[in-house]
Amino acid sequence: MADIFDSYALADAWDEMFERPGTPRPPYQGLFAALQPLGADELRFRADQLARVFTDRGVTFDYAGEERPFPLDLIPRVIDAAEWDLISRAVRQRVRTLEAFLADVYGGRQIFHDGVVPWGLLHSSPHFHRTADGIRPANGVRVHIAGIDIIRDETGAFRVLEDNVRTPSGVSYVLENRLAMMRTLPALFTEQRVRPVDEYPARLLAALRRAAPAAINDPTVVVLTPGVYNAAYFEHALLARLMGVELVEGRDLVCENNRVYMVTTHGKRPVHVIYRRVDDDYLDPLHFRPDSTLGCPGLLNAARAGTVAIANAVGNGVADDKLLYTYVPDLMKYYLGETPLISNVETYRLEDADTLEWVLANVGDLVLKPVDGAGGKGIVIGPRASGETLAGLTENVQKDPRKWIAQRPVALSTSPALIGDLPRPRHIDLRPFAVNDGDDVWLLPGGLTRVALPEGELVVNSSQGGGSKDTWVLSEPGPRIPHVAAGGHQPPAHWQPSRNAAWDGESEQ
Amino acid sequence: MRELLSRIAETLYWIGRYVERSDDIARLLDVSLHRTLGDDEDWSTVLAILGHEGGDNPTTETMIQRLAYDSATPSSIAGCVRAARENARGVREIISSEVWECLNVTWNELPIRQIGAERLGPHGYLRYVRERAALFSGLTDATMSRDDGWLFIVLGRSLERVDMTARLLAVHAEVLPSEFAPPSESTGWKALLEACGADESFTRTHRGDAKRVLEFLLLDRLFPRSVMHALTTAEQCLAELSPNQGRAGMNDPARAAVGRVRMALEYADTAGLEEQLPELLITLQAACVIASEGLTERFFQHASTLRWELGVQALGGAVWKPAGV
Repeated sequence: MADIFDSYALADAWDEMFERPGTPRPPYQGLFAALQPLGADELRFRADQLARVFTDRGVTFDYAGEERPFPLDLIPRVIDAAEWDLISRAVRQRVRTLEAFLADVYGGRQIFHDGVVPWGLLHSSPHFHRTADGIRPANGVRVHIAGIDIIRDETGAFRVLEDNVRTPSGVSYVLENRLAMMRTLPALFTEQRVRPVDEYPARLLAALRRAAPAAINDPTVVVLTPGVYNAAYFEHALLARLMGVELVEGRDLVCENNRVYMVTTHGKRPVHVIYRRVDDDYLDPLHFRPDSTLGCPGLLNAARAGTVAIANAVGNGVADDKLLYTYVPDLMKYYLGETPLISNVETYRLEDADTLEWVLANVGDLVLKPVDGAGGKGIVIGPRASGETLAGLTENVQKDPRKWIAQRPVALSTSPALIGDLPRPRHIDLRPFAVNDGDDVWLLPGGLTRVALPEGELVVNSSQGGGSKDTWVLSEPGPRIPHVAAGGHQPPAHWQPSRNAAWDGESEQ
Repeated sequence: MRELLSRIAETLYWIGRYVERSDDIARLLDVSLHRTLGDDEDWSTVLAILGHEGGDNPTTETMIQRLAYDSATPSSIAGCVRAARENARGVREIISSEVWECLNVTWNELPIRQIGAERLGPHGYLRYVRERAALFSGLTDATMSRDDGWLFIVLGRSLERVDMTARLLAVHAEVLPSEFAPPSESTGWKALLEACGADESFTRTHRGDAKRVLEFLLLDRLFPRSVMHALTTAEQCLAELSPNQGRAGMNDPARAAVGRVRMALEYADTAGLEEQLPELLITLQAACVIASEGLTERFFQHASTLRWELGVQALGGAVWKPAGV
């Protein structure tokens, strides 16, 4: 039987798994050894099994108005302990920087007075909300959950691609992927120690509880969802269930006298912390879009009055602005006196006339991104775009250069993904999830590795029809801690019998 | 006990109703098909039970299409399964994973079952739906805490059962008046018993005494699909949902409606059941309607969906006026 990796041809990029054809990198050696004995048929069989199980469990996202299973690739992505240490320190640094910046933006705005960031950036940012000015969160946290997207370039160095401190999504797939992989390919996990991911809901709940107004001893936390038709509804429901809190829609909430209540069968009950998965624009028709029925009128006033905490805070979008991204190294120096542990991708601001001219002259060799495009929307990759697209782009950029940034095209690293029966190189990125409880920024070991399934595709996003991989962070090398059979063994922090029970039931069908 | 969001209470109630309805329609169709192998069934009876308009000269195939496979109609089996599943999707953090997966898999598999049924006849499809409804009941009972959420599911199921059984009886009484007189011509009653899943239990209890069919389906205290049993269950659920009733009177209109009609049945004269039947059925249907309205009034009043519009900048500030429903 031929090896499944025999025909694996490296693409023109850094490959995560292979140094050169047939030779896996050190962190992947265990995985390589475990996968090799499996034939192509066996892999295909397991992949089909995996897909069916996801459909039955309703692990789906809405793509073009259709409920689809989120494609999970069978071959995991592996990060060794040293690299993970770098990533987690870099993400912490980044979150602390953006927290400081947001506190400044909605406070004294000192950094603008000091001329580090131009005032124009703030005033032209569509996500800077004056209505959030002066709102001080009880524990000072505005970025309760962050998703900092990281890629690896051609040289193997990590780069930060973008910051998501509004409502980063995807963590449910991390949890479901791990569960699915452990059920479908348990043999892979016996060779090495993979750090668990199931701590996340407990960490998230703890951070949300600590965000509650100071006077509340036992805060009521809710997850606010736009409803079943939202693309990430599955995630909202999963997080609510795993945290054991109510999943509410806007119509379940009412505000009275600057307090927020949910309407129950026994009358109104106070709500103290809202983990909202509704965008600012739809959150509160009193202050934002008046035609929104997804939010609840009065939420922002209640947050200002300090009776409720909104996570993530209103107005965080100004930090997601890709023009601000270019200033993050400056912010880091200004607030923390540090240099970035993981740098940005080389990026050009287009407000400067000379730069703009140069960029427009070389638009075919650059990547142009809209500053507020989420989910890979509107990105133009110069070397691949048609002349027509580039002409349209040039016109748009000239019309409003503030709305665009230009970047050097980076060939994202590749990783083998099962396409048909055989592994092929596909581009991937990484979204680690960070939870800030006010004292510490905790990182979920691993995060979501997204994979662009079409060959050569560089835009990696679930809303662009991408898939994902289980992401393994290996523990520090060293002797395995022997299992203590009885006595002195600590109970697991977060026991989830129902999820595993459901899986056991499923595999019998 | 933890409170339930009104929206979720309402959704759970409807999941209970839809699953029961799919079960009842499947039973009804199965019996009707079985009875009329070869014969031309008068499908207007079944149509009337389910509140459909009579079509022109419906054949067995078009009827099955309409009452079983057509997921666009809320009063078909596929429509009910779909509605139950869509509702469950909105409350999946409340129901157990097993219950959600049961409804999700049922819906996902329906097309395959339909293909099979088109080749081998609809019986397999109908049996599948009944089995999945039973699985749903079993899983809710086995995996969900006996909290308000569970009570709303059981309440929905019980009220739907009362409603469907009353419809069945009404139609049978209407189209088969001659059956009242000669008990020997018992085919109509047999079909009715089978549709209610009661034939075997009835035979064991009353040895096939056709005079007691009505009594069994309406009044039997032990048979779980009888109107009496379903009313009793519904009343118990309502009592648990709002236990504090003070010293006199009843401030829950739903429970009052269910309780009154149950008492009427409880003390009904079994000898004169046939004469009372039309009146009784009207009372039953009315009670179901009142109970449903009472539930909405008491438990499901969530904040109405408002659209906020920027009004006139009059009183020194923004004036907001709600529009829409």
